[in-house]
Amino acid sequence: MIFLLTINRYKCCYCGACVGVCPACALELAETMIEVAADCKECGICTRICPVGALEVKA
Amino acid sequence: MSMKCDLVVVGAGPGGSMTAKTAAQAGLKVVLLEKRQEIGDPVRCAEGVGKRALCEMVKPEPEWIAAEVKGAKIYAPDGTSIVMSEDKSGSEVGYVLERKVFDRALAMQAAEAGAKVMVKTRALGLLKKDGVPCGVSAMRVGEPLQIEAPIVIGADGVESKVGRWAGIDTALKLKDMETCAQFLVQDNTIDDEYTEFFLGNSIAPAGYAWAFPKGEKLANVGLGVLGTRSKPGEATRLLKDFVKARYPNGKVLEMVVGGDPCAGQIESTTSDGVMLVGDAARQTDPLTGGGILSAMQAGIMAGEVASKALTAGDVSKAGLKEYEDRWREDIGKHLTRSYEFKEFFVKMTDDDLNQLLGSLKKEDISKMDLRGMLRVLFRLNPKLLWELRHLVV
Ligand SMILES: Cc1cc2nc3c(=O)[nH]c(=O)nc-3n(C[C@H](O)[C@H](O)[C@H](O)COP(=O)(O)OP(=O)(O)OC[C@H]3O[C@@H](n4cnc5c(N)ncnc54)[C@H](O)[C@@H]3O)c2cc1C
Ligand code: SF4
Ligand code: SF4
Repeated sequence: MIFLLTINRYKCCYCGACVGVCPACALELAETMIEVAADCKECGICTRICPVGALEVKA
Repeated sequence: MSMKCDLVVVGAGPGGSMTAKTAAQAGLKVVLLEKRQEIGDPVRCAEGVGKRALCEMVKPEPEWIAAEVKGAKIYAPDGTSIVMSEDKSGSEVGYVLERKVFDRALAMQAAEAGAKVMVKTRALGLLKKDGVPCGVSAMRVGEPLQIEAPIVIGADGVESKVGRWAGIDTALKLKDMETCAQFLVQDNTIDDEYTEFFLGNSIAPAGYAWAFPKGEKLANVGLGVLGTRSKPGEATRLLKDFVKARYPNGKVLEMVVGGDPCAGQIESTTSDGVMLVGDAARQTDPLTGGGILSAMQAGIMAGEVASKALTAGDVSKAGLKEYEDRWREDIGKHLTRSYEFKEFFVKMTDDDLNQLLGSLKKEDISKMDLRGMLRVLFRLNPKLLWELRHLVV
């Protein structure tokens, strides 16, 4: 099964908290836009820190 | 495009601006990069700051002081409260700032001291020569830009990358980050004179909720939840419940979210040609989440050390050791102590919290500082606080 990290850009408030906890350094906050790099391990850590629930690891 | 300077500072928050200002005043050619197009906006802070420590570093200006408070009220889960006066509880809160104005004013001071400020300019990575950092590559309003400099400061906040690029692992564990949400609330019941702290695992698991007044019945009302106790969106969900319960007629005028590090001292904040400052160095107080002052203090130290290291001609990790030593001696010791309190605090049940605050009811703590209050708490609750006995001296 393939898991994928999805970002709801309409929810994201670009605070950068997710970037700070990503162990793979796969996230980047480009001013107001979260970008995910291919190194994402879909571990879901970032989803738990997001204060607004903009991140989800989907099957 | 490319340019050269002595020092490039990544991030124009309080940490970066103080570094840039200090270094520019010492005569260095400084470039201060900020990826946002407007410095200080959006805010990710409750804006509370200790008056005394702040005024030692900058002259207070009415434009960026939203309110001055008399003290702090702390509420137990059962609603019991204690009051601490500002001159005693001192260090954490005294002013509530207007950070949009404050952050810009500090960047302005750096510019006035001679630093070149560049907004909408994002650092993308370190330039390296023979494996040693020698500047940053950046994107300025969509165009590539290279800035060569013997020293790079990572003052790039909670989302810091500079450390990671330099081989320092600054990734935070979920147990070392609070996930926070805050509304700017307007309501007649807001206490304009005190900052308020609300404890309780149903309000903010392993964290707390706060109300920091900004004058005219406005307050930053927010809460933080420990990462390990959070689910996606938890902070915002709990804040909505809290505001509905506490300020049923409150009007929400602004929304702020963010991650606040509560990690204690990390292993390293320097490498060859690189120093980390403020949230990037995880210098936030683990118990309170306050990080404005430590970012500014560390910024001043980093600016001074940068100037010395350049004069001495040694910008290697060894040449920058003074920064590491100085901040650990000062801010670091406090972080370690605070981290122990935090690790203890996050395990407390609501009953424990009720017992602790309840035990102070008959004591006169109005004239005590935090340390004095801890001593009293320990005397009244030796069993509950046994683990912390070595901290209560
Ligand atoms: C909800 C919340 C409430 C808080 N409340 C308080 C409080 O009441 N009192 C207190 O003292 N502290 C509080 N804090 C902590 C405080 O906000 C931070 O500790 C403080 O802002 C740290 O300052 P800094 O300069 O290190 O980083 P920041 O202020 O975060 O500044 C970092 C800057 O770097 C920029 N940047 C990042 N990456 C790049 C890049 N690649 N290129 C260019 N620029 C970049 C960012 O855009 C940002 O402007 C709170 C934090 C949160 C989340
Ligand atoms: S933590 Fe959530 S709100 Fe903050 S930048 Fe990441 S996705 Fe956006
Ligand atoms: S899922 Fe894990 S690896 Fe992927 S971005 Fe989130 S924290 Fe990083």
